[in-house]
Amino acid sequence: MLRLRNLKCYYGRIRAINGVTLSVRSGELVALIGANGAGKSTLLQAVCGLVAQWDGEIRFEKESLKHCKPQHVVQRGISMVPEGRLLFPPMSVLENLKLGAYLRYRKREHAAIEQDLDHVLTLFPVLRERTRQAAGTLSGGEQQMLAIGRALMARPRLLLLDEPSMGLAPFLVQLILDVLVQLKTQGMTILLVEQNARAALQIADRGYVLENGRVVLEGEAGDLLADQDVKRAYLGKDYKEFDEGRG
Amino acid sequence: MKFLLFAGAILVGGVLVKNPYHLQLLTFIGIYTLLALGLNMLMGYAGQISLGHAAFFGLGAYTTAVLTVHYGWSPWMSLPVALLLTACVSFLVALPMLKLHGFYLGMGTLGFGMIGYILFRGWARVTGGDSGLVGIPPLSVGSMELTSKTAYYFLVWFCVTVGFIVCERIVGSRMGRALRAIHDSEQAAGAMGVDTSRIKVNVFVLSAVFSALAGFLYAHMVTFISPSSFDFLVSVRMVTMVVIGGMASIWGSLLGASLLTLLPEWLHVFVDYEMMVYGLVLMVVMIFLPQGLTRGLMDAYERSRSRYRNRHANP
Repeated sequence: MLRLRNLKCYYGRIRAINGVTLSVRSGELVALIGANGAGKSTLLQAVCGLVAQWDGEIRFEKESLKHCKPQHVVQRGISMVPEGRLLFPPMSVLENLKLGAYLRYRKREHAAIEQDLDHVLTLFPVLRERTRQAAGTLSGGEQQMLAIGRALMARPRLLLLDEPSMGLAPFLVQLILDVLVQLKTQGMTILLVEQNARAALQIADRGYVLENGRVVLEGEAGDLLADQDVKRAYLGKDYKEFDEGRG
Repeated sequence: MKFLLFAGAILVGGVLVKNPYHLQLLTFIGIYTLLALGLNMLMGYAGQISLGHAAFFGLGAYTTAVLTVHYGWSPWMSLPVALLLTACVSFLVALPMLKLHGFYLGMGTLGFGMIGYILFRGWARVTGGDSGLVGIPPLSVGSMELTSKTAYYFLVWFCVTVGFIVCERIVGSRMGRALRAIHDSEQAAGAMGVDTSRIKVNVFVLSAVFSALAGFLYAHMVTFISPSSFDFLVSVRMVTMVVIGGMASIWGSLLGASLLTLLPEWLHVFVDYEMMVYGLVLMVVMIFLPQGLTRGLMDAYERSRSRYRNRHANP
């Protein structure tokens, strides 16, 4: 569904991504893990048309995304939940969700939008109690749920998530991951970028490990979880300590 | 409902106020409200500052003045030309300008405003230069000239009402949400599929056209225009109206325009200290009501109500 071939991204003269090749098949949940500065967020932004300079190839459903503006990427069926959520704080929960469906209002899909709104609010019942509340006054976990809900409102076929677990308590991380699994069973294709490697690999089908702008390891999620290198680098040698509350 | 009340207030005002000086003051408030309303869409909602809107105000006024005085056009013919010309100019200005952000956008629009002012002053053959253009005909409907102050009052406030309705419709729509999204974060708005540069250009043109309409009404009201009515200080005044009235508040534009028109009149009693008191009032408003008058007064009302309720709930 999504295929990157030899992708290189630049910020001026700095090369943030150095020839990455990866693919996401339809219906799959793929995890992309790596340390800070490995290039994970840059990669997602390149797919969304938010990075100006890149070489190589990005194809979504066989079509190239070269020179594609962000709004056209959304139109083709890719939605991103950005790092740090980037909600619209003074606007209400409902308005944030409606903005997610921005491009669809033009096509007069009002009934379908209402239906999706209901779907999102069923997925995240907390939000239903707070539709009129300003997004900025929600707790961190609720904000993350709203960010995911907002992305779903565009009815994407591919959902990109940039560190949805950032700054959340283990209990909330589990809740978010459960929702992702639920979305996957409903047929959504998901590319999940995470530093919380263990949590991400537990729900993923396959995974890629990114280091200094390159893929250093790839494979089935289970194999990666068991891999000694991954354990040492990302899970911590004695990773039992970090195990609390994550089941 | 709101608009019915508003229209009612305008009607009562027009019927009751007989003093021509007061009527003229009210008409000026209407014209400034149009200016503030347009700028509020750009600044308050989309978060893009402009320090050069007086140039569009002037462009509307000078276009109609030149066409009616030099070429003898009917004002109703020059109105669409003035609006269309302003729309085209503002579109061309907006394309490069709105790539700028924050202070740089302020500087850019400031420069544009200066260019406008210099053109109005310097192109003496057409604009009359410093001495201005005299003899702009008053508006007329059929054979009836709108020379009476009451008739002009109603015309201006009719335009203001239409402006309010247009803005209210935009703000409540998908476009309004997109504008506020751009205000909060352009990147996030883009990620939602909002074509941020196009929407910013659209709202810039819209606000310029509002200013041009105000300029048209102004020119045919005072029948004499000169460059000093469209200089940098007028742009600053417009920004002040928006900020004092309340950013992202449609009714705040009315309040801000009223205050900034009436304040200098009331302050005449202070004679030499007028400007000092004027500045002081603005400072006090900004310090104690940083959200602007509309929001600030509403919050104060809510607070006092809940305090009152609490006192009576637990005696």
